[in-house]
Amino acid sequence: MVMTGNYASAYGAKLSRAEVIAAYPITPQTSIVEKLAEFVSSGELRAKFIPVESEHSAMAACVAAQTAGARTYTATSSHGLTLMHEVLMWASGARLPIVITNVSRAMAPPWSVWVDHMDSIAQRDTGWLQFFCQSDQEVLDTIIMAYKACESRSVMLPAMVIEDAFILSHTSEPVDVPDQELVDSFLPAYAPELKIEVGKAMGFGSLVKPDQYMEFRYKAMQGMEDARERILSVEKEFKHIFGREHGGLLERYRCDDAEVVLVAAGSVASTAKDVVDAMRAKGVRVGLARIRAFRPFPHQELRALGSKVDGLAVLDRSYTFGAAGAMFTEVKASMYSLQRKPAVKNYIAGLGGRDITPRTLEKILEDMLVVSKRGAEDEVEWVDVAGLPRRWR
Amino acid sequence: MTKGHKELPLTPVSDTPSTINLTGLWRVVRPVVDLSKCKKCTLCWKFCPDAAIELAEGEPHIDLQYCKGCGICSFECPAKCIVMVKEVGR
Ligand code: SF4
Ligand code: SF4
Repeated sequence: MVMTGNYASAYGAKLSRAEVIAAYPITPQTSIVEKLAEFVSSGELRAKFIPVESEHSAMAACVAAQTAGARTYTATSSHGLTLMHEVLMWASGARLPIVITNVSRAMAPPWSVWVDHMDSIAQRDTGWLQFFCQSDQEVLDTIIMAYKACESRSVMLPAMVIEDAFILSHTSEPVDVPDQELVDSFLPAYAPELKIEVGKAMGFGSLVKPDQYMEFRYKAMQGMEDARERILSVEKEFKHIFGREHGGLLERYRCDDAEVVLVAAGSVASTAKDVVDAMRAKGVRVGLARIRAFRPFPHQELRALGSKVDGLAVLDRSYTFGAAGAMFTEVKASMYSLQRKPAVKNYIAGLGGRDITPRTLEKILEDMLVVSKRGAEDEVEWVDVAGLPRRWR
Repeated sequence: MTKGHKELPLTPVSDTPSTINLTGLWRVVRPVVDLSKCKKCTLCWKFCPDAAIELAEGEPHIDLQYCKGCGICSFECPAKCIVMVKEVGR
C-alpha cells in the first residue's frame, strides 16, 4: 500500500492489536488517531478508543489501562508530548510497556509545526526507549517490534517511536502491511506478571522510603540495559518472519574504510545515504551512521565505529541550550575511552523544519574531512543560519 | 527490613489497602456537627478530602478514625453547623 507515516503508525498500532487507545489531536499527529478511530468504529480493530481532554490525560488513561493489563497506544507531537512529561515518568517507573508515536515537531515560540527533535530530546531522561525512524515502513515495523521488545520480562519499559513531522508524517511511500496472522505469531497477547485484578486488593505506585527507592531505580536501569540485546534479538526474529530489518540501535551505511562518517537520526539519514553514494562515486571515503535508538544509546556500536574513522560529524536537529546538541554530547562521551579518538564536531541544522538539502550534507562532510585533519575552529557550528558568514547551501 | 533489588517486584505494589493508614491520628482539631441545624445538603460529604464522612439518611456522620481535622467541612457548611474543637488528652 502507499501511505503516509501517520497511516503507517495507525496500521502499526492496529496490527499490534492495541486494546486501548487514548488520544488528543495535535498537528501533525491528527491523522494517526483519526485513522485509528475509523478502525475502531468500523470494528476492524477491537479496542476502546478514549477521546480525552489533554495529552496529560491521554497518557494517564494509557497508564491506567496498561496497569489493568491492556496493551495501549497513543500518538502525539511537540507540545502534546511535553505536556505528557510527568506521566511519561510514571509509565516508566510503573514499568508499563506502553508504545506511542511522537511526530517530532518544533517547540514554540516561535510557533512552528515543522520537524525538529527538541520535543523528543527533551524526554530523554523519562526512562522511555526512543526510536528515530527514517521511513514510513520503519515506523510501522518499529511499533510492532517495540511492543515485543518492551513487553519482555527483562525490559518492561515504554517506547516512543519517532516520525519526523511532515517529512514522514504526511509523505506517502510504499509500505508493506504484513498479514495479521503473521504479526500475531510474532507478537503474542500482552500478559504482564502484575496487573489490577478484580477481587484482589493491591496498591500500585505506593510510597517507598529512602531505604528502598534506589533499588527500584536500579531495576529500571537494568531493564533499559537489557533492552539493548532485546532490540537486536527481536529485530532478528522480525527479519526472519517479515524479511526486513532497520539497523538495530545504530544503522551503519558504507562505513567500512570510511575516513569520515556523518552521525544523524531521523529522516535526514535517508537523504544522507544518497549524498554518501554520490561522494563515494567521486572517490571520497564517507559513510553514515544512523542513530536509530537514542535510548538506550548505542555507545558500544559508536565506539567500534569511532575507533576506525578519523572524524564523526554529528548532526543534531535540536539544541540543548548552554551545552550542545544532545546527540553530539553522547557521541563525544562514547569516544572518551578510546585510545585513538576520532575528531568529533557538532552541526546544528534543520531546526523548525528548515530543509537539510543534499548540498548542505555534502558541505558538512567536506568540512568534517578538513576538521579531521586540521582540527575544528568551533566544536559546535550552526549550519545555514541567515546572517552568519558561512554558506552551506 | 531492607530487601535486595532482586527480591523486589518491578514497581512498588502493596497488597495492603490504604485504609490501614489511620489518618485520624493526625488530627489536632475535631469537627463537631450540630445535627439539629443540619440542612442535609451533603456538601460536607462531597468536600471531605479523606472520604471520612458517611451519610445516614442525608445526615453526616464523621469517622474519626480517618478524619484528619482539616476543617474543610466546617468551612463549606452553609448552615455553619460544624465547629472545630481542639483535641485534648490524646
Ligand atoms: S475535618 Fe476534614 S477530614 Fe475531617 S470530616 Fe471534615 S473535611 Fe473530612
Ligand atoms: S454541609 Fe452542613 S448542612 Fe450540609 S449536610 Fe453537612 S453538616 Fe449538614
